[in-house]
Amino acid sequence: MAWVWFHKFGSPPHFYRLATRLTPWFGWPALLLGLAGLIGGLGLAPPDYQQGDGFRIIYVHAPAAWLSLMVYTVMALSAAVGLIWRMNVAHAVAASCAPIGASFTALALVTGMLWGRPMWGTYWEWDPRLTSELLLLFLYLGYMGLRNAIDDTARADRASAVLAIVGVVNVPIIHYSVIWWNSLHQAPSVMKFGQPTMPASMLVPLLLMLAGFTLYFVALLLIRARGEVLRRERNARWIDEAVAGAKS
Amino acid sequence: MTDARASFISAAALLAARDLRLALRRAGDSLLPLAFFLVITTLFPLSLDPSLSLLRDIAPAALWVGALLSSLLALDLLFRDDGQDGTLEQLALCGQPFAGLLLAKTVVHWCLTGFPLVLVAPLAATALGAPTAAMPGILAAVLLGTVALSLIGAVGAGLTLTLRRNGSLLALLVLPLAVPVLIFGARASALAIAGESPAAPLYLLAAFAVLAATLAPWALAAAVRIGLE
Repeated sequence: MAWVWFHKFGSPPHFYRLATRLTPWFGWPALLLGLAGLIGGLGLAPPDYQQGDGFRIIYVHAPAAWLSLMVYTVMALSAAVGLIWRMNVAHAVAASCAPIGASFTALALVTGMLWGRPMWGTYWEWDPRLTSELLLLFLYLGYMGLRNAIDDTARADRASAVLAIVGVVNVPIIHYSVIWWNSLHQAPSVMKFGQPTMPASMLVPLLLMLAGFTLYFVALLLIRARGEVLRRERNARWIDEAVAGAKS
Repeated sequence: MTDARASFISAAALLAARDLRLALRRAGDSLLPLAFFLVITTLFPLSLDPSLSLLRDIAPAALWVGALLSSLLALDLLFRDDGQDGTLEQLALCGQPFAGLLLAKTVVHWCLTGFPLVLVAPLAATALGAPTAAMPGILAAVLLGTVALSLIGAVGAGLTLTLRRNGSLLALLVLPLAVPVLIFGARASALAIAGESPAAPLYLLAAFAVLAATLAPWALAAAVRIGLE
């Protein structure tokens, strides 16, 4: 009995209705938190004593980098759920994660490069964080490429799920091997996050942005997954009712 | 229990013997990746100023990029024919553990394409200016590295089994996953060439190879089964 909610979640009409209902509950708080974080980060936080105003890109860079990893984990988890319980909705969620995650990874890379220009004097430094972000982007591209290459949706779901699971085992290994590689080749980089010295006026906007980005991801994921479920179920009867309900 | 184990071992041995015999009848196919490796390692000095100190600096990079690319090229031999003529389906249906049989195939694949690379690596390393004292380190690194590369690559080959024109997709799937092998292997080779102990990266490489040998067969079996459906 305890698992009824779980199996109910796997029913496309139920998931579609739930996702439709939940989207605004994530979207609007994401907007508000993001606005508050931007005002706090770009306006109220004091400039860094070393980096001046240049550090403010952290308010976009750090949340994007955090989400790039989290989205991959969510993608692998829902792919595993889809593979184990043969749940079509979970595969649809995993498929919807990939482009979002790849976009966040690309955003983290671009903001990291823009940040690197004033700080390191060059757009690209083989910094371990940036390098493993780049490899993560390749993993996302491989996932999407594999999904794209297989025409049959069910087979594409399962093959890409195996790839996502292999990838999620490998991501920490890749990350730490890159850090290890880098620590042997160059002195530790000038920038260090997570120092306890960050004052609250800088930290609070960062946390607001992190929360805002995360909620934004959930809202985006729900919208994409709805579209994906509609595409997969395009011949089912419940869609007529759902669309008619949306019109009235 | 012992019966089942014995019958699996004899089935795996039969499969390995069959794969070896087939490959030896077309030995040229297995040698092509080896030739590719030698050509790649030759391209590096040709595209640079071939001074000995510079060659020594780039030798690990040339060796490992060459090893990665040639193992990628060799993956085409692993499942292609058996996938096309239905052998893989028979193996999946024969009642023996599928992951074990595929592991046996991968081991044979390593013997045919990975092990020759180990034998040729000292030659390429010498041509790139590595001193003789560095050879044990380089040999150990290439040995462990090719094992890991064969296992990771086999998963990629299983995933792209039924796709036509899968070459560049396979590269995109496998190469990011093989980055740790590249890093540890190149580091071990660089330390060996510099005359220092390559033990630390070798241990990491061995750990990665063991992890791959433990987990890859299951992912491989799942991937091939999906391809066969």
